[in-house]
Amino acid sequence: MDFPTTYDVIVVGGGHAGTEAALASARSGALTLLITQNIDTLGQMSCNPAIGGIGKSHLVKEIDALGGVMAKAADAAGIHFRILNSRKGPAVRATRAQADRQLYRAAVRQTLENQENLHIFQQTVDDLIVAEDVVQGVITSGNIRFSAGRVVLTVGTFLGGIIHVGMEKKAGGRAGDAPSNNLADRLRELPFQVGRLKTGTPPRIDGKSVNFEGLEAQPGEDPRPVMSFMGHADQHPAQVNCHITYTTAKTHDIIRAGLDRSPLFTGEIDGVGPRYCPSIEDKVVRFADRDSHQIFIEPEGLNTHELYPNGISTSLPFDVQLALVRSIGGFENAVITRPGYAIEYDYFEPRDLRSSLETKHMKGLYFAGQINGTTGYEEAAAQGLVAGINAARAAQGLESWCPARNEAYIGVLIDDLITMGTKEPYRMFTSRAEYRLVLRQDNADRRLTEVGRKMGLVGDARWARYNEKLERIESRKTTLASHLCRPNDAVEAYLGQKLSREYNLSDLLRRPKVDIASLLPAVGLHWDDDEVNEQIEIDLKYEGYIVRQQEEIDRMLTQHEVPIPIDLDYGLIQGISNEVRQKLADVRPESIGQAGRISGVTPAAVSLLLIYLKKTRQLDDRRRA
Amino acid sequence: MNYQDTIAAVATPAGRGGVGIVRVSGPAVTKISHAMTDLALVPRQATFTDFLDSSGEAIDQGLALYFKSPASFTGEDVLELQGHGGPIVMSLLLSRVISLGARMARPGEFSERAFLNDKLDLSQAEAVADLIDSTTEAAARGAVRSLKGVFSDQVRALDLDIVKLRMFVEAAIDFPEEEIDFLSDDRLIDNLESALTQMHTLTQQTHQGAILREGITLVLVGKPNAGKSSLMNQFAGDDISIVTATPGTTRDVIREYISLGGVPLKLVDTAGLREAENEIEAEGVRRAKAEMLAADGVLVVIDAAQDSDWVSQTTELLAGLEAKPAVFVALNKIDIATEVLKEPVPSPYHATRVSAMTGAGISELKTALINQFAPNVTAESNFIARSRHVDALTRAEQHLMTGRQVLLEQSAGELFAEELRYCHEALIEITGEFSSDDLLGEIFSSFCIGK
Repeated sequence: MDFPTTYDVIVVGGGHAGTEAALASARSGALTLLITQNIDTLGQMSCNPAIGGIGKSHLVKEIDALGGVMAKAADAAGIHFRILNSRKGPAVRATRAQADRQLYRAAVRQTLENQENLHIFQQTVDDLIVAEDVVQGVITSGNIRFSAGRVVLTVGTFLGGIIHVGMEKKAGGRAGDAPSNNLADRLRELPFQVGRLKTGTPPRIDGKSVNFEGLEAQPGEDPRPVMSFMGHADQHPAQVNCHITYTTAKTHDIIRAGLDRSPLFTGEIDGVGPRYCPSIEDKVVRFADRDSHQIFIEPEGLNTHELYPNGISTSLPFDVQLALVRSIGGFENAVITRPGYAIEYDYFEPRDLRSSLETKHMKGLYFAGQINGTTGYEEAAAQGLVAGINAARAAQGLESWCPARNEAYIGVLIDDLITMGTKEPYRMFTSRAEYRLVLRQDNADRRLTEVGRKMGLVGDARWARYNEKLERIESRKTTLASHLCRPNDAVEAYLGQKLSREYNLSDLLRRPKVDIASLLPAVGLHWDDDEVNEQIEIDLKYEGYIVRQQEEIDRMLTQHEVPIPIDLDYGLIQGISNEVRQKLADVRPESIGQAGRISGVTPAAVSLLLIYLKKTRQLDDRRRA
Repeated sequence: MNYQDTIAAVATPAGRGGVGIVRVSGPAVTKISHAMTDLALVPRQATFTDFLDSSGEAIDQGLALYFKSPASFTGEDVLELQGHGGPIVMSLLLSRVISLGARMARPGEFSERAFLNDKLDLSQAEAVADLIDSTTEAAARGAVRSLKGVFSDQVRALDLDIVKLRMFVEAAIDFPEEEIDFLSDDRLIDNLESALTQMHTLTQQTHQGAILREGITLVLVGKPNAGKSSLMNQFAGDDISIVTATPGTTRDVIREYISLGGVPLKLVDTAGLREAENEIEAEGVRRAKAEMLAADGVLVVIDAAQDSDWVSQTTELLAGLEAKPAVFVALNKIDIATEVLKEPVPSPYHATRVSAMTGAGISELKTALINQFAPNVTAESNFIARSRHVDALTRAEQHLMTGRQVLLEQSAGELFAEELRYCHEALIEITGEFSSDDLLGEIFSSFCIGK
């Protein structure tokens, strides 16, 4: 049947990309339908039970600044919080939460159900409705035709998946889920380039069978951080410890003896796995000189004993898995609840996407999440958010939006994907962000709340709190700049040295060994709101670096703002080599800035491109005149 | 387009004439002109003034010309400093301009800006594109040439050291739970100190010009005993290479510097190119090929008394050469040549009939070379290639020193990482592309990462 309502946007898939896409689209005011195979698994954390981490909490806090659900759900479900890199400076500091899977799902589902403009429907999507390369809607397995001018596909968790355990393999999606096969077959008929990737998971373990005595306990951070700008530590459920254990020489012997039945080492698997998340058999073989590897034991939730031993992802046969697990400290009598496995799956070449995440081949069709070759909940959610925003904006006749590389890690993620593509499951790292010092997790709100508000993504409560924070920062900065310290003032005792002349407090704060928390009381100022004080301190301490980085950014933006027609015939540009021509034609960059970031495209080629564009534009003007 | 950065280059041919011009274009022009002349320059008016260094001492004296945007060649604020020609003064002026916030212009970049700012007619678009194309190639050749040998090895070694440092630092930042916190490791400091020492030595050497040479490179190739060495002696004026009638006397590469129409010309005499029968000669042939790759021009010397099939011979000689230097053919020994070669024949090559023995035709050959090279020795000669490298190395060294300071004094790992990135980006201008993904690759292949 034809469903009677016509939607502005349909989002297919209810994982981290799908839920953020649906919420963002609906928040933007577009009538949105979320279709999922299973309403009970909306917001499911299908791999390790953690949100955030280096580079990733930056994404979470950016999604949060744009009104997304991920940070709020992490606060509602977080049972263990850590600050990473706490001694390395604010730009690279990150937050990670271990989350209770049930609580996390519940928080996401509750948010979805309470979102205005959003309908949820449970069924499998089998096909797209397409007319002349423009998407018109979807057809479900129950043969219901839903129409919408924009469809966001987030069905990447394991298109065409093949699961390997030892030498056995079978078709399948994420453990327990059916793969979306009909739709996958349909997509393969379209002119998208398909690649193959691989990833794996560790065997899960029953906590009752683990001997924690003698294992190193890792307590959560005190005071406890929060993920969301609107979050409070008192929202958090009960907190638990993580633990650390190690593989032994015996573990490594067991693994080496089982390699002849490893699909990784016998050539069964040809998908490319992530270099930063190798299987334990890979680690043992490649780093043969090490006789021990660290394993983080992460709790799966408050109401389950199941544990996630992070660091022993494996696709060895089950008998080897059992033996290797039991050779690890504390796991001597361990009971495995689910075997580990490797999975190979398809992804679609992300260079076929625009920065809006709309596909270049089909108007109105957006891809977000693992389907684009990324890994991780945060990476998926970030793309979902952008795709959802843009699908809604397109429905409203507005221009697309994607943050630039200097505005957000979300911008780095999308620009990397659409410019360079990826050969392994793409994960965010801070080293991917060249403007790392300005893209901090602590200033995500200052970078994105305003633009989010303009796009209708940010609610009144957040907007009011944000403005209050900004005003506090400004007024306190004014006070610091006008508060003068003179030679022989009491502050000399605090500084441990004489003042040679008059300094204001901002000057003193710029000194390397001076920090705001101890300086303020020394000069008789008692300011609460550590978050605001921290911002002031970072702004002052990083000032020189931020100014220099801003100059770099200004230069980058000059080029970023010159658009390139998506259908440009690169064969007509004289002087560039065939190699560069091919690279440009493969990516079809949207701007001169993006063109220059393609590997192998030289500054001279960019100049020639600029000249060509200018020439054709002038010729067009002349023809029109 | 509204460019944020200011570009600078030497606008006159290297090594020629009494006057040299440094041209600057972009938003920093006013600041630069004020700092270098201590005057408020009047637009479109030549002012005779001292050009000052950072301590207020005169580097040179000459004319300063200021063109205010948009009434200038590029459409931006433009400053021209006309000083005494010669590489040393030009290099000092250029470094001073760069230290005041300009960067070295890329080949053809002034014209590019002029075109993009509507200062050139549409019909000139092709010419600008050609200029960028050809000068970029010239610059690339200049870079290959000046990167040869010791300098190249040292820069690459240094580059590896910096990649290693970045690898340690970025791994410590991105993978703090992997027990690889190198930021507090003494080895990191040791590596840093050693990289700094190397970099300092290298910048000192380049500043002193000890490593790079300037000028146009012309490689002489031909069959053994075609008369390459005799021809080289004719150019140079005195006997430099051994000239005998035994084929293959010049086994090693011989270099000579002469002045050709005011342009420094480096002549490279190679071993005779023929099917090498012994190891020494094979090595000589390999070197000759390498020399041709990096040269501006190749002079093919033909024994006109023996080889009437010189056209196919020349084509064969140049076959497989990736770079395309300008090719000249000297049909030598016309005093005893065969009848055929006494008359001009149609060919795709610029051929001159000469006699290295009598000196006949040598001045025609020189004229042909001057016509080819002298007009083009402008923006991208070796001199500029060297200035680029010196500039890049200087910046790299400064960032490394600042990095050391923030690491040791503030233990600021993320700022150290930032300085290392700037340092590396400067080196990359010499050594070639390197992406953040390449860096991650280094990390993953060296450390066992995997939480």
